[in-house]
Amino acid sequence: MAEKKTYVADIERALYDIRDGDNAAYKSESGLTEAVIRDISGRKQEPDWMLNFRLQSLAIYNSLQLPAWGPDISSLDMDRIVTYVQPDARLTGKWSEVPEDIKGTFDRLGIPEAEQKSLGGVGAQYDSEVVYHSIQEELVQQGVVYTDMETALREHEAVVREYFMSLVPPKDHKFAALHGAVWSGGSFVHVPAGVQVEIPLQSYFRLNAAGAGQFEHTLIILEPGASLHFIEGCSAPKYNVTNLHAGCVELFVKEGARLRYSTIENWSRNMMNLNTKRALVEKDGLIEWVSGSFGSQVSCLYPCSVLHGENARCEFTGVTFASRGQNLDTGATVIHAAPHTSANINTRTISKAGGAATYRSAVKVTKQAPYAKCSVNCESLMLDDESRSDTLPVMDVEGAEADIGHEAKIGRISDEAIFYLTSRGIEENEARAMIVRGFVEPIAKELPLEYAVEMNNLVSLELEGTMG
Amino acid sequence: MAEELLQIEGLCAGVEGREILHSLSLDVRRGEVHVILGPNGSGKSTLMNVLMGHPKYQVSGGSIRWQGEDLLALPTYERARRGLFLSFQTPEEIPGIRLEDLIRTARQAVTGEKVKILPFRKELEAVMEGLAMAPEYAQRYLNVGFSGGEKKRAEILQLLMLRPRLALLDETDSGLDVDAVQIVSEGVAKFHTAEDACLIITHNTRILEKLRVDRVHVLLEGRIAETGGAELIEKINAQGFAPLLAAGE
Repeated sequence: MAEKKTYVADIERALYDIRDGDNAAYKSESGLTEAVIRDISGRKQEPDWMLNFRLQSLAIYNSLQLPAWGPDISSLDMDRIVTYVQPDARLTGKWSEVPEDIKGTFDRLGIPEAEQKSLGGVGAQYDSEVVYHSIQEELVQQGVVYTDMETALREHEAVVREYFMSLVPPKDHKFAALHGAVWSGGSFVHVPAGVQVEIPLQSYFRLNAAGAGQFEHTLIILEPGASLHFIEGCSAPKYNVTNLHAGCVELFVKEGARLRYSTIENWSRNMMNLNTKRALVEKDGLIEWVSGSFGSQVSCLYPCSVLHGENARCEFTGVTFASRGQNLDTGATVIHAAPHTSANINTRTISKAGGAATYRSAVKVTKQAPYAKCSVNCESLMLDDESRSDTLPVMDVEGAEADIGHEAKIGRISDEAIFYLTSRGIEENEARAMIVRGFVEPIAKELPLEYAVEMNNLVSLELEGTMG
Repeated sequence: MAEELLQIEGLCAGVEGREILHSLSLDVRRGEVHVILGPNGSGKSTLMNVLMGHPKYQVSGGSIRWQGEDLLALPTYERARRGLFLSFQTPEEIPGIRLEDLIRTARQAVTGEKVKILPFRKELEAVMEGLAMAPEYAQRYLNVGFSGGEKKRAEILQLLMLRPRLALLDETDSGLDVDAVQIVSEGVAKFHTAEDACLIITHNTRILEKLRVDRVHVLLEGRIAETGGAELIEKINAQGFAPLLAAGE
């Protein structure tokens, strides 16, 4: 008789895997050349300084080596990646004007529905360009700017020029340089001093084209005393060729400002997700990262918080779920650069079915940061014997009187815990699901509600499949 | 005569290939209170774990019947649904699962009925008050950061909320101070009715003061060396296990 086996269900991918046909209006040549970059910049009618910025970034890209650490990304062949795919749609503020096929995709992902229910503004990027953007009138009246990067470059050129890639300079690493050269789309948010944006803004990034790259740039500036919750979602249908995501997020949190940046990343399993995110936090400011990494083939993602002003704080909450064929290398970086700065890093990683999950973090306390406080808590759960989990926390403390705490746990579901729950009448597969849900509970409660539900579904257990 | 609940017949069982219980027989009827006394290593906890179906323990002979049904053929969760409950000697800590959620899920599982949240919470709070547990504990993760006494109280709370037919209490009173023993003992007394039975392992007979004990069994080296009424407790308290051990040799 076939034996039934329990397993933790994969994310229900069917929804994400529906792909639209090749509906691009224009695609750049694959590969990375000066001609491609001039072409992208020209199509966007950019000012000269931006074209020069792109060309300098390309030169830096060509001069840098691939990082010598982290997951193997040698299968990424830049000559085959199409860096710019312009959708056959013009940016609109009216949902009805979005072309049917693109609209269908975002409808299925629940974007317009979410906007009506709980968001103050929405941006939707399809391949290389933002196709839909809206913001509540009330926020506009308060002086909040939320738009796509191309519009920002036209309408707020001086601000963009001041901040753009100042926090993540192209020479930071090879993929930052790549981003500087071919960036397209993304979001720009500017919240004036003292303005509290009560309802979240959300941008959704969808990569439909096969063999393409998405290089959106997100620039958020919170003036002193402002507050904002920004949500970023990403997904793509699966293809047999490698897709690349090398976005860049730059967050400026000024004195006493508070920013919560939530990301749910659900890329398909042919995606190389090499994203760079960084926040500069001034005196009494707070950056809260909530990061869910569920998709992609390879991810390297370590959002960095530079605590630049006294009493600046960082709260990082992350969950990573790696399944078959996935190598997810995630974590956080914190740089304490001022006195009395504090950081709290709290992560959970789950690996199953041969997936590999690595927690990697770097905490640096500079000499300029006495009385820094940092606590790192990273826990990993492996659901079977073929999966891998590693924990690589690095601490470099130079500041005086630092209070640094670190707790790491790597484990499996204990038989004793299962026995305890089944002794209360709970079936074994449900007991397992309760333990896994419990493991991510401290993270799930930080997620926006609809994503918390999605994550719970993700760890719901099924009795299925047969062995032997 | 009251109805048979549990019938253990010639049970041989052990762990990792080593037999610990040798041909043990024991019957529990509805509403009875049985006490098992015995020195450490005599097989008391093994018996509890075998009754509940811990996968680590193997049964090599004999039978266990539950109201006539073959208990050994049932998985652990089915045993719980039939009406067995084990109060663990060292209850597990499980992060992320709130005590209230566990009890509600378990109540649903053993009764097969949907539990209404508000009346359930009211009932839970009343029972917690009886056990001198602060209501916040219901929202805490199962046993995480609980003291020894709090863990045991959380076990008795589950016992009272799940209302099994037979409570297996594995040293529920060990490591508790006098007040906590008093509270736990009152909790067990509340559970025990003409219908609901207890099988109690204890070193501390104070937990029994509020109960009418029907049978006392002395377990030595995996065998029941003597069975008697409540008076056997006095005897063991006065003489210890040594005379029985000597008699067995």
